[in-house]
Amino acid sequence: MKYISEFRRQDLAKLLAQTIAQTVDPKHHYRLMEFCGGHTHAIFRYGVQDLMPSNVEFIHGPGCPVCVLPIGRIDNAIQLVERHDVILCTYADLMRVPATGRTNLLKAKAAGGDIRMVYSTQDVLKIARDNPHRQVVFFAIGFETTTPASAVAIKVAQAEGLTNFSVFCNHVLTPSAMQAILDAPEPVAIDAFLGPSHVSSVIGSKPYETFADHYAKPIVIAGFEPLDVMQSALMLIRQINEGRHEVENEYSRAVTRDGNLKAQGLVNEVFERRPQFEWRGLGLIPNSALKLKAEYAAFDAERRFEMPAIQASEVKGCECPAILRGAKKPKDCKLLGTVCTPENPMGSCMVSSEGACAAYWSYGRLRENN
Amino acid sequence: MSMKPYTSKLDLSTGNVDLSHGGGGRAMAQLIDELFIKHFDNDLLRQGNDQAMFTTKAGRLVISTDGHVISPLFFPGGDIGSLAVYGTVNDVAMSGAKPLYLAAGFILEEGLPLADLERIVISMATASHTTGTPIVTGDTKVVERGKGDGVFITTTGIGLVPERVNISSNRARPGYSILINGSIGDHGIAIMAGRENLQFGTSIVSDSAALNTLVEVMVAAAPADIYCLRDPTRGGLATTLNELAQQSGVGMLIDEASIPMKPEVKAACEILGLDPLYVANEGKLVCICSASATDRLLAIMRQHPLGQDAMKIGVVIEDKHRLVQMTTAFGGRRIVDWPVGEQLPRIC
Repeated sequence: MKYISEFRRQDLAKLLAQTIAQTVDPKHHYRLMEFCGGHTHAIFRYGVQDLMPSNVEFIHGPGCPVCVLPIGRIDNAIQLVERHDVILCTYADLMRVPATGRTNLLKAKAAGGDIRMVYSTQDVLKIARDNPHRQVVFFAIGFETTTPASAVAIKVAQAEGLTNFSVFCNHVLTPSAMQAILDAPEPVAIDAFLGPSHVSSVIGSKPYETFADHYAKPIVIAGFEPLDVMQSALMLIRQINEGRHEVENEYSRAVTRDGNLKAQGLVNEVFERRPQFEWRGLGLIPNSALKLKAEYAAFDAERRFEMPAIQASEVKGCECPAILRGAKKPKDCKLLGTVCTPENPMGSCMVSSEGACAAYWSYGRLRENN
Repeated sequence: MSMKPYTSKLDLSTGNVDLSHGGGGRAMAQLIDELFIKHFDNDLLRQGNDQAMFTTKAGRLVISTDGHVISPLFFPGGDIGSLAVYGTVNDVAMSGAKPLYLAAGFILEEGLPLADLERIVISMATASHTTGTPIVTGDTKVVERGKGDGVFITTTGIGLVPERVNISSNRARPGYSILINGSIGDHGIAIMAGRENLQFGTSIVSDSAALNTLVEVMVAAAPADIYCLRDPTRGGLATTLNELAQQSGVGMLIDEASIPMKPEVKAACEILGLDPLYVANEGKLVCICSASATDRLLAIMRQHPLGQDAMKIGVVIEDKHRLVQMTTAFGGRRIVDWPVGEQLPRIC
């Protein structure tokens, strides 16, 4: 537990809390967007907000891969299982995300669909090897963190000559989402960003430099442990106080400026950018997602199977889109806690434990100011 | 002249369960004779009736039944057999009762190796012996291959509640103490490691154990001061506390730093992205007692092998929302909510 417990020490948290309290300008209201769902989760799970001054506000961002996947892509996956009798493999918390018609992958599985939860792409390859007469599709989602694993799986499948394995690619790109938020016609009031950490361990901190500069927003690449979050908040507050807007790296134990070049090389070899992709809550964003390059078309589920573009609408009254943009808070949604609960989620923010609504509801619903 | 009822002995080393073992005929009788009665042997069972008749002292009886389905059947620190005994013994004991007898129902899947079944039966027999709860009647069915998971076992237990003891999940009141007898999460992590074939640096074994003797010394020491007892099995400590809060109409405030947890379980939970508060236990109990009896009970619990790490982990509070809250080791406060289905690992 070394390397974990030392990032959760109460004595250090108290010291940091004191420093933050002494550093903030009481006349200023600090609005810090934590981009990743992992940060949202840490803030609620450890009660970080309790240790912050009242004029430091965390705004929950769109960085949960489950939350930003549009409903139509889940409808596609369910149709894939129903129409083509494939084995569909996916990471776990996607199973509960509502699709059109109040269904989800868990219900499609119960109805007889062969849908399997996997922990890694290696599991999917094994399933493909063990079922040579079935088509095995990996429902790939996630930001830059999970993309290299998908690339590796495709390369392995190609090397082995696996003809029954394909990838339904839904990998999306973090910097594009950040840009979409900053370019929104009605910009969200954000002073600074707690930058993605696991994503940055792959792509480095460099891609954020243009944002910090162009939009004059300080960014600190922040680890997911509660002390990381507090330290990063302090670094952002200092930048705001001093009028600086730079990319700083709090998560230096895992992130470098250039990132993991080998992983980036693999991703660039297998994937290319889509001209545009729909993000739940953010709409169509140009150059914001990946698809398989033509030379790997044999492993592209979208080419192998008939997969129509599905336009699906949100449940009426669901504020997930606005919450994902940071324009509203979970408590601003009328459905929260009435018809929308973790047991019966109406929107994606209530599904994943990284989702802002789920974290708010499960950990902090009695708190007044979040 | 004695007649040999069966032409050859049950092949316990290489034989498998087949459909005839559940058919009610000679093969089934042989399975019961040469396996179940042989290992569970006692006077009541040997009478061979479809029920067992026995005399009890006049008093309050409790009855509890529990189905056991677990994969894998054998795991570090236990197996489905001992679990089926401990589970029901514990459910009976959580009323403060002394468990007396067990009944067992077996649903066997065609093809199950008889050697595995014998291991399970021997394990049940040992557990039944050590807990002092003979298996006095039972039932066996066989289902076709693919319709079971090897073995499903249902056990029913009955027990007798001592005088002055009045334990029920609706009796928690503000000001009472919340105690636990030891570290949380051991069973769930051991099972997960076995199921997913995960290798950790240190071995994590299930805490599977019968709690009746621990309960016995606790109720003897403070019969009128224990208000709630529950074993936090599936759903873990968090679920149990939420159930008690809901049923008693109170809130609970626990302190993360005082909840016993083994470092290896904590580490495994970090790796798997699980919250140990929701991970299953099989040898733990949560006790809600009066504030005045807290120290006495903790001292008694710590003298018992299953209570050496007993701790007070929180207090019952007034709360119209009936929430369980936790002061985090980090210094903040959070809600510890009901779990939603199974815990699912996060994507990144």
